[in-house]
Amino acid sequence: MAELEPISADEVRHVARLARLELSDDEVKRFTSQLGSILGHAADIAALDVAAIPPTAHPFGLVNVLRADVVTASLDRSEVLSQAPKVVEQRFGVPRIAGEAP
Amino acid sequence: MSVAELAVAIRSGERSAREVTEATLATIATDDPSLHAFVDVQIDQALERADSIDAAVARGEDPGVLAGVPLALKDNLCQHGELTSCASKILQGWRPPYDATVVSKLREAGVVVVGKTNMDEFAMGSSTENSAYGPTRNPRDPSRVPGGSSGGSAAAVAASMVPLSLGSDTGGSIRQPAALCGVVGVKPTYGLVSRYGLVAFASSLDQIGPFATTVADAALLLEVISGHDPRDSTSLPEEAPSLVAHLDDGVAGLRVGLCTDLLDGCDDEVVHAVRRAAEVFAGQGAEIVEIAIPELRFGLSAYYLLAPAEASSNLARYDGVRYGVRVEAGDVEAMNVATRTAGFGDEVKRRIMLGTYALSAGYFDAYYGQAQRTRTMIIEAFDRAYGQVDLLLGATTPTTAFELGAKIDDPMAMYLSDVCTIPSNLAGHPAMSVPFARGAEGLPIGVQLLGPGRSEERLFTAATVLEAGASS
Repeated sequence: MAELEPISADEVRHVARLARLELSDDEVKRFTSQLGSILGHAADIAALDVAAIPPTAHPFGLVNVLRADVVTASLDRSEVLSQAPKVVEQRFGVPRIAGEAP
Repeated sequence: MSVAELAVAIRSGERSAREVTEATLATIATDDPSLHAFVDVQIDQALERADSIDAAVARGEDPGVLAGVPLALKDNLCQHGELTSCASKILQGWRPPYDATVVSKLREAGVVVVGKTNMDEFAMGSSTENSAYGPTRNPRDPSRVPGGSSGGSAAAVAASMVPLSLGSDTGGSIRQPAALCGVVGVKPTYGLVSRYGLVAFASSLDQIGPFATTVADAALLLEVISGHDPRDSTSLPEEAPSLVAHLDDGVAGLRVGLCTDLLDGCDDEVVHAVRRAAEVFAGQGAEIVEIAIPELRFGLSAYYLLAPAEASSNLARYDGVRYGVRVEAGDVEAMNVATRTAGFGDEVKRRIMLGTYALSAGYFDAYYGQAQRTRTMIIEAFDRAYGQVDLLLGATTPTTAFELGAKIDDPMAMYLSDVCTIPSNLAGHPAMSVPFARGAEGLPIGVQLLGPGRSEERLFTAATVLEAGASS
């Protein structure tokens, strides 16, 4: 396993953007140091030779679990919508996502 | 009085659920303001529920094995129409449109839910200090943390406000606070308890489990909430195990591995308690084998890549559209960013960014892939150990409860308090913490019992022996 470079402030800004989070300059500084310390701890597993070991995503390896295709009641629409921050015409309301037609 | 005896008294009409619920609510009103174990107390709903149980008893119906027993739920368990916020600002005011499967099962068993307990936001933390509602205090010493993330559930039971509570355990979030507060806490085998209606943190690791003051009470509660659920695709296919019937089976002939890697770096008083627990087992006819599983020490690093990776994906749903809080801003992306930036606390942001980074192009193999392979390595190491011994014994936590504020500015120091509990989550195995001794300052010390998948029956039998030999 190659030596990993510590995470940089620019990478923290990039990751925050991907995760839809906005950070102040102070937060970038603090999170860069904290994430660097956590990722630095992971150097212990980076050094392991585990290339021949298969990855585990689920402890018991259940795959393609299907239930019977039976129609059951869905959640009550008006109750679900009552919990949304904004409702427009019986739907979730969001800011406009498309511009004017060209 | 055990919860089984309490339920019998209520089912026979000797005591009323109303009277028990009123007493519980009065205790919470008196004791909780200084501890802050609860984020919401459901006074009217609990009394109404108690009355319906008393009415069922009066009609000659059987209201269930936990009839009238008060219970508190961690704030990440969905209850139809009741506030469920995961102690996060982003879900403030949210009332789920459905019940978690465990909540339905509790109702069928006659439980009276009295409220929601405080937690680290989205179950991310080890001290309950990462709560949007402020911290919970340890009932054994209010200057100290109760542990976390299920700190409110542990504290509520430790302070005798309720006899039972439920928490969730992703890396130790039931066992660690149980140890720090001096109560019994169980993380069941992955899939034994349905996760339907548990707000997701790290789906391949999360598991719901009980807190109680005794092993027998915890066994009864776990029997009630276990069993296959078609609404959770990771639910095991079998029915609930029989635990209460085997509590007194004893440990004669059982091979117990004293795991030296679950003592490394622990305080002397903790190591001493675990070694004395081994003597209690030996005195009851168990064979004690010292066993090294050096692979377990890599669990911490693997966990703190895998759990944030899963969290970064699971928490993408908090976008200000379908539930919870929205902060309005120009376009959709600006609204998403404004909502998440205002709604999440620092620890949640840290883990989302860590997970996003571990999953990003160029780092996926080095971090996430490497952690997944390390997870397999740990599972294989456990499998070899369980070829030699029936159960493992070790510390639950390296130290007793620490002071509020002691680790909040140093995430890595905080994460180290989970070092002994994480391996069982990675393997999907059951493990429990049993209060066993007191440290120099009178603070509780828990010892941890670990077993292979589906070994709950054996774990509870062994825990009963430890409980009888405890000096706490």
